[in-house]
Amino acid sequence: MKEINITELERKFQEKIDNDIKIEPNDWMPEEYRQTLIRQISQHAHSEIVGQLPEGNWVTRAPNLRRKAVLLAKIQDEAGHGLYLYSAVETLGADREQTMDDLHSGKAKYSSIFNYPALTWADMGMIGWLVDGAAIMNQVPLCRCSYGPYARAMVRVCKEESFHQRQGYEIVTQLAQGTPEQKAMAQESLDRWWWPALMMFGPSDKDSKHTAQSMKWKIKRHTNDELRQQFVDVTVPQAELIGLKVPDADLKFNEATGHYDFGDINWDEFWQVVAGHGPCNKERVAARKRAKEEGMWVREAANAYAEKRAKRKAS
Amino acid sequence: MTKEEALFTYLLRRADDTLILGHRLSEWCGHGPILEEDIALTNLSLDLIGQCTSYFQYAAQIEGKGRTEDDLAFLRIEKDYVNCLMVEQPNGDFGKTITRQFFYDVYHKLLLEALVNSKDEQLSAIAEKSLKEVKYHLRHSSEWMIRLGDGTEESHERMQNAVDDISRFIDELFYKDQVDEMLIKEGIIPDSADFRAAYDAYVTEVLEEATLQLPEKMWQLSGGRKGVHSEHLGYLLAELQYMQRTYPNMEW
Ligand SMILES: [Fe+2]
Ligand SMILES: [Fe+2]
Repeated sequence: MKEINITELERKFQEKIDNDIKIEPNDWMPEEYRQTLIRQISQHAHSEIVGQLPEGNWVTRAPNLRRKAVLLAKIQDEAGHGLYLYSAVETLGADREQTMDDLHSGKAKYSSIFNYPALTWADMGMIGWLVDGAAIMNQVPLCRCSYGPYARAMVRVCKEESFHQRQGYEIVTQLAQGTPEQKAMAQESLDRWWWPALMMFGPSDKDSKHTAQSMKWKIKRHTNDELRQQFVDVTVPQAELIGLKVPDADLKFNEATGHYDFGDINWDEFWQVVAGHGPCNKERVAARKRAKEEGMWVREAANAYAEKRAKRKAS
Repeated sequence: MTKEEALFTYLLRRADDTLILGHRLSEWCGHGPILEEDIALTNLSLDLIGQCTSYFQYAAQIEGKGRTEDDLAFLRIEKDYVNCLMVEQPNGDFGKTITRQFFYDVYHKLLLEALVNSKDEQLSAIAEKSLKEVKYHLRHSSEWMIRLGDGTEESHERMQNAVDDISRFIDELFYKDQVDEMLIKEGIIPDSADFRAAYDAYVTEVLEEATLQLPEKMWQLSGGRKGVHSEHLGYLLAELQYMQRTYPNMEW
């Protein structure tokens, strides 16, 4: 009898999804749907938070006051994204601190791109242009995600990400049109970030274990390869426009398909970075752990004070 | 010294205070004790960098030698920076950062409230815009002083140590020389002595609620307004100026 009830609930759930009715926190949902969302949204939240680190690494060395202010504003936005994404995770019954501990223990992942180092000022442009650019490709479809709180968070996040993307492209353009040293700085940076940016869309469709189910649940609307292709198609002309060369000998516009053909991604590198062996994995996780440990006394004090205050009010 | 020269120096003092404090706060990006504070500290930093930009722009205009706000912010030598010593002190732990912020915010708010009445329209306009932001800064730092001072035993001890340390730089906030005297006479800046009592009263009130104490009058350190700094500033400037020094004469 119970079996039938669950089947019936699942049928109604899928019907809602098929009719594009949003799922809200108090609605019944299959446990696996909940877990998939917790995994995906917290991964997204962690990416926002870890993403502050490579940029924080340059905010103290920004080349002028305007760039310093713009970069600060961007970092602040990213922390804000983290905050509403953690709130969205909490609507699914997960605990923010626990989710963060999973990040520190290595159990939870974040975007592999942030495991690459930010070595020059040009990287601040490249992160905005390519990384925020790729994030937009991934996230615009999420504004129509079946889970209401996530979809709504994404609407706001996407507006800010597209602003970041434009700012990043502006930095890179300024360099590309600058002195030979600046132009070289921009090209060297593109050479390092191009392939990791393509990897941001995740494994190729044939190796992506979550895609089919996520598409059925409308958590995902396009496959990894579709989004990656879209990114290449949009970004290559932007690079050409400012005279930078995309580091891919096989890159070529295909008249027949109307898309760019591009070279093979180094999937060994991708899986190694995901597994924790990229250039900065250890530093990034260590920095977040340290922030948590060094902030422990602050959180304890804030709680102790709140309790004292509540008691004083009561008496 | 002409009135313009005095005003130029005064603007640099305002600009350098906000630049250096804003820079220090930006060192926290991504490392705060809680996400909300990552956002808050970045926000303070952003406000201060915005304020210093206004002061530097005005200073560059008054100087009239074709220097830009970025030339002034990034391309002076250490002894030409005239910020007070308090703002260049290293961040330390979150409690020390908050304590530094608190002692500066109290002064900053009182100063701006008076500076709004400057006979110099441009200075008055900058003060008015900044004041809105600084009122929030002070509320934020005061709340944290109380929370951490009256939190746990550990937090109390950390905060008392921070207060002992930072309170050595209070008198310098009220430093005055001919630059100030001249501008006070002209009605361009307030006499900071006029709000010293208010400063002490506010500090005492908050510290009392935080169960913290100002130490017995400590030996007061100064020199920043004349360009004599602590050892910390050189490293800060090395980082701040890195791009402009390594790649001179380029647009970014
Ligand atoms: Fe973001
Ligand atoms: Fe972003």
